[in-house]
Amino acid sequence: MSQSSRTLPLQRPGESRWSHARKQFIKWRFYYLLITPALLYFLVFHYIPMAGILIAFKDISPFGGLQGVIDGPWVGFKHFTRFFNSFFFWNVMQNTLEISVLKIVFGFPAPIIFALMLNEVTRTAVKRVVQTISYLPHFISWVVVTGLITALLASNSGLLTGLLNSLTGESWSFLTNPDHFRGILVSSHVWKTVGWSSIIYLAAIAGIDPHLYEAAAIDGASRLQMARHITLPGISFVIVILFIFEVGHILEAGFEQILLLYSPAVYGVSDILDTYVYREGLIRLQYSFAAAVGLFKAIVSLILIIGANSLARRLGQPGIW
Amino acid sequence: MLSLSRNEKIFLGVVYVLLLGVTLAFLLPFIIVLSTSFISEAEFARRGGYVLFPEGIDFTAYDILFRRSRVILNAYGVTTFRVVVGTLFNLAFTVTMAYVLAQKNLPGRIPLTIFVFITMIFSGGLIPRFLLVDYLGLRNTLWSMIIPVLVNAWYMLIMRNFFMSLPEELSEAAIVDGATAPVILLRIVLPLSLPVIATIGLFYAVHHWNAWFDAAIYIDRSEMQPLQIILRGLLRSATLEGMEEISFMEKPPPAASLRSALIIVSTVPVLFIYPFIQRYFVKGIMIGGVKG
Repeated sequence: MSQSSRTLPLQRPGESRWSHARKQFIKWRFYYLLITPALLYFLVFHYIPMAGILIAFKDISPFGGLQGVIDGPWVGFKHFTRFFNSFFFWNVMQNTLEISVLKIVFGFPAPIIFALMLNEVTRTAVKRVVQTISYLPHFISWVVVTGLITALLASNSGLLTGLLNSLTGESWSFLTNPDHFRGILVSSHVWKTVGWSSIIYLAAIAGIDPHLYEAAAIDGASRLQMARHITLPGISFVIVILFIFEVGHILEAGFEQILLLYSPAVYGVSDILDTYVYREGLIRLQYSFAAAVGLFKAIVSLILIIGANSLARRLGQPGIW
Repeated sequence: MLSLSRNEKIFLGVVYVLLLGVTLAFLLPFIIVLSTSFISEAEFARRGGYVLFPEGIDFTAYDILFRRSRVILNAYGVTTFRVVVGTLFNLAFTVTMAYVLAQKNLPGRIPLTIFVFITMIFSGGLIPRFLLVDYLGLRNTLWSMIIPVLVNAWYMLIMRNFFMSLPEELSEAAIVDGATAPVILLRIVLPLSLPVIATIGLFYAVHHWNAWFDAAIYIDRSEMQPLQIILRGLLRSATLEGMEEISFMEKPPPAASLRSALIIVSTVPVLFIYPFIQRYFVKGIMIGGVKG
């Protein structure tokens, strides 16, 4: 897709830099015109908010509009010190990291195991049906998932709660119980992601040389042995890379999911950085303070993702850049 | 196929049983809400909650959602608008940007790509984004659900990689024949790229169908709320805003069956479409997994 065959993009001797640039611009003007709207979009909706993090170093009034942002006094690192010294810092950081780690511990191996199991299914029709059904949760919204969780676990009317109540004679509650809430977060996360995440592993399995299995079969290896000694090592590079990037996103503990499911009764075990920013900023209208917490998260995330990428590259894998 | 030993058979049996269990775990919640959407107040009172199988079929909940209340039909309209118009805008901006950035000799291609890439690893966060949408006057407009998410950088790069993989000879031959850049895009590149455009378009459409958080923070007016927000509201309280007529009914349906019916009507379009389009999605994931 290039026009290089028509004119050389090189600067001719004697041609001034300016006139060369102008010729280039005229030659490519259609393309520059075509990309301008999208570039404007990125400028306005991504770069202006990046500049907007300056409000984290100001005190802005929630009711002053744009003028309030400009007029707001500079306060340096006041909001950051307040956040780091508050009780909420430790609580929110702990919740974010613990929920993320729990989700990785249970959610990361699940699609690998699921893909390995699917790989044992020799009937194509069965395999296809199971796969299709397993993708279903990926396509529905967290709002709908919340509705499904309510159907199972609502305090009085939930199907599982009702069953447990009548079996044990006690009155069970899950969604408002700090002991159970994280279990609900982790299991609904696994439920929603396991099928879709297995796609990449199934593709990697499909890329394994079939001769390896034939040779193993001649040597008398069982299917379990093949899965363990051929399939698993065959996809180990994919596993390592995905794991590194999973850890790189450790501050993303599941904003929409938690925002929909939590309640004040379980804030202590479920309030993460994102939900804290949302409540402080958009509910309590402490824009500057919430922006400071958001900036803290953005910077740590940036460091983590750069670290993940360079680690992946050091292992000889293509990173994301 | 080699004949299986006894241990192998046990192993396979265990795998099939586990997969059956997993499959049921995916389906059961949907079966429960489908069943519960059909139960009457009397049955709900007798059985005490959500049910796996209804004893009788009662359409009161659906009757309320579609006939007695205008809220749901209106929300369907809002959601349809954001899916159709939003996806078309997404595609127009994404395709043009990807096409331009796929030009290997375009002066400034690398800096422009980096300009986009930076937004994938760093963002100003929720508060500056919210304030920007507010100051631009987009709040309480349907555009607040479309314009702030015009281009997904990741999808754009997937599409760019696909464009770059098309054989260069095609456009070069067209240039020799006197085709101009717009003609090449419309007549050669786009027809060859329909599968990837369909895939990315479907990604965008599903996002628009399921999105709710942007509507929750940008839109206060109830007549502009999409389906997901109405569902969220009904899950939080037993009464549906704008559905006061329920309280005048002699035998109002239980909240559980209203909720279930709304879950069903806001899921059914996706349920019916995704099995047919999943192979495109899968392909899309694979294209995205290949770095270019």
